[in-house]
Amino acid sequence: MGYVAIKGGGRAIQNAAEALELLRVQQGESGLPLNIEQIENQLYFLHSRIVSEGGLYHPQLAALAIKQSLGDTLEASFALRAYRSTKARLLETPVHNTANMRLIRRISASFKDIPGGQMLGPTTDYALRLLRMELLNESTEQFQAVAKDLLRHVPTATVPDSFPKVLDSLRDEGLLPNINPAGHDGPFDITREPLVFPVPRSAALATMARGETGSLLAIAYSNMRGYGDVHPTVAELRVGYLPVMLPHPITGELIEAGEVLMTECEVVAMYQDNECATNERNSLPSFSLGYGACFGHNEVKAISMAILDRALQKGMKDGANNPSEDPEFVLLHIDGIDSMGFASHYKMPHYVTFQSDMDRLRTTQSKQESSHE
Amino acid sequence: MSSAINFAFLDEYAKREIRRSVLKAICIPGYQVPYSSREMPMGRGFGTGGLQLTLALIGEDDCLKVIDQGSDDSVNAVNLRKFVEMTCPGINTTTRLQEATLIQSRHRIPERPLLAHQILVLQVPYPDALVIVEPSEEKRKTMHGEADYSRLLVKLYEDIVKFKEITISHRYPTRINGHYIIDPSPIPRYDVPKLNQSESLTLLGAGREKKIYAVPPYCSAEPLAFNDVPFRIEDFTGANGERRTCMICSTSNSFLDEFIDEQGSRVYQCSDSDYCAQQQECVHG
Repeated sequence: MGYVAIKGGGRAIQNAAEALELLRVQQGESGLPLNIEQIENQLYFLHSRIVSEGGLYHPQLAALAIKQSLGDTLEASFALRAYRSTKARLLETPVHNTANMRLIRRISASFKDIPGGQMLGPTTDYALRLLRMELLNESTEQFQAVAKDLLRHVPTATVPDSFPKVLDSLRDEGLLPNINPAGHDGPFDITREPLVFPVPRSAALATMARGETGSLLAIAYSNMRGYGDVHPTVAELRVGYLPVMLPHPITGELIEAGEVLMTECEVVAMYQDNECATNERNSLPSFSLGYGACFGHNEVKAISMAILDRALQKGMKDGANNPSEDPEFVLLHIDGIDSMGFASHYKMPHYVTFQSDMDRLRTTQSKQESSHE
Repeated sequence: MSSAINFAFLDEYAKREIRRSVLKAICIPGYQVPYSSREMPMGRGFGTGGLQLTLALIGEDDCLKVIDQGSDDSVNAVNLRKFVEMTCPGINTTTRLQEATLIQSRHRIPERPLLAHQILVLQVPYPDALVIVEPSEEKRKTMHGEADYSRLLVKLYEDIVKFKEITISHRYPTRINGHYIIDPSPIPRYDVPKLNQSESLTLLGAGREKKIYAVPPYCSAEPLAFNDVPFRIEDFTGANGERRTCMICSTSNSFLDEFIDEQGSRVYQCSDSDYCAQQQECVHG
């Protein structure tokens, strides 16, 4: 019988799960299991990507997701996202001011000197991408000695807890419009409401904040290259820990529930003639702003998001001239869990629809043949 | 941590939202109700929309049947059924259609007509029939509101001009209750007439696209066609002019899967495996 493909499905699934598990432990008796702390710390950027794309700040479970998915970013984010589905939304935080971030890095490309100073922090930006062959056989002793050596020469308490924001100085100079406190509706929660277009900017920002890094980058890059005209300048990019304040369930008083590592990027862009954002104080033209922020240390993602935010604002206002300015195009195609799921589903059986396809094709073929005769 | 998972996986707020959306969908037949659609622990595109409907509706008295391509034993059906069994302790599952109160299906409607106490949940990849003529969801929403289906009719007309035949093979645009046109999910054209005036409720869930819609019981469901070019289902007439039959149960009134056997010849078999098994019981039992 040639019809085994859809028989014994249960056993096939079980065997497939075991084959995958075997892949994870394929080193056999010579292998050592990855521990969760190693993943969280030594696979720092991978881990950052998963908390961001998974849309759940749970460092330990993010590391578990990486471990069980063998490092597949889409699968790991997916597992974290699915875990999130089982949890009710109990509280909402108030709007947080990122000026309160405890920074590990902040830079500005718009000014040589900024209040508080540039702080390069941990970055690969100026690293030479030469393979460090000595890490091939790094011993435990060597590994453990590095931090001790590096930290010995660091003076204590030279870095302030927080830094002023570059945008504030631009606002003071009238180069950016002031924040309009009346313009804030409550934030749109994309985990509890579907996107029905047109959507508010907060829905777009939330969607991008947990979007897939590569997808955001690709669409933002199309804008940078010429399918769009944002021409951004990074006013400030900051990475650090933001204290999260939650209202106490009984007293309502704000209490610090913990802190989240996050990346924030603000780009300013030249105004266009037909869309100059006006400064209410004196109705002068001013720069416009693009905003990106996400969990974890993900700079490329935050920059891409800021550029797309700016592009989408233009698209929402004047209509989209490019894919990156079209809210539906951008927001419905950047979610890694959605897109990878749908790409994978094509591996499932499609016997019935294919049967229908063959029926139509054979019918049209025979009609064409009979008309040629 | 698994012990912390709620009955039917989703939290109660999520289930309530889905049930509200279902009620709205029944009240406005064929209208696509947007809902927030949680991530499920299986791939988007593997039936997460249908699964969320099933999980929101299922209770301990229910008996569930899950099929994919007509079969209870295909890998995806097994996977979904196992997940429901795991997260919904106390429910029953079956492969026999008559025993089921809730039937979740991908790509098929069972051969035997469903009854009033049964609910059919269909998994939907593309909820909007207009997507073949208009990519923007915002514009499609307006077109649906105005019942503006002219571009869809033009597409059918152009097919006839180019191919002398409507080439839409499955996901056949179907008008519900005289207004909204739905994508009935990738069921074959053979199954579309079963939606019309059905005794049972049909719910359609698109998880990735975050939409729920319904064909209520005793509601009209008319596939789009022209007066002079009628809607046609798949043709299983063989070269000898006779209707092909299932090689196992010999029935001549079911949707057939076609495949090549090990001898290299083309053979046919019922797509609905439960129907096929019950036909055999009738003959042998």
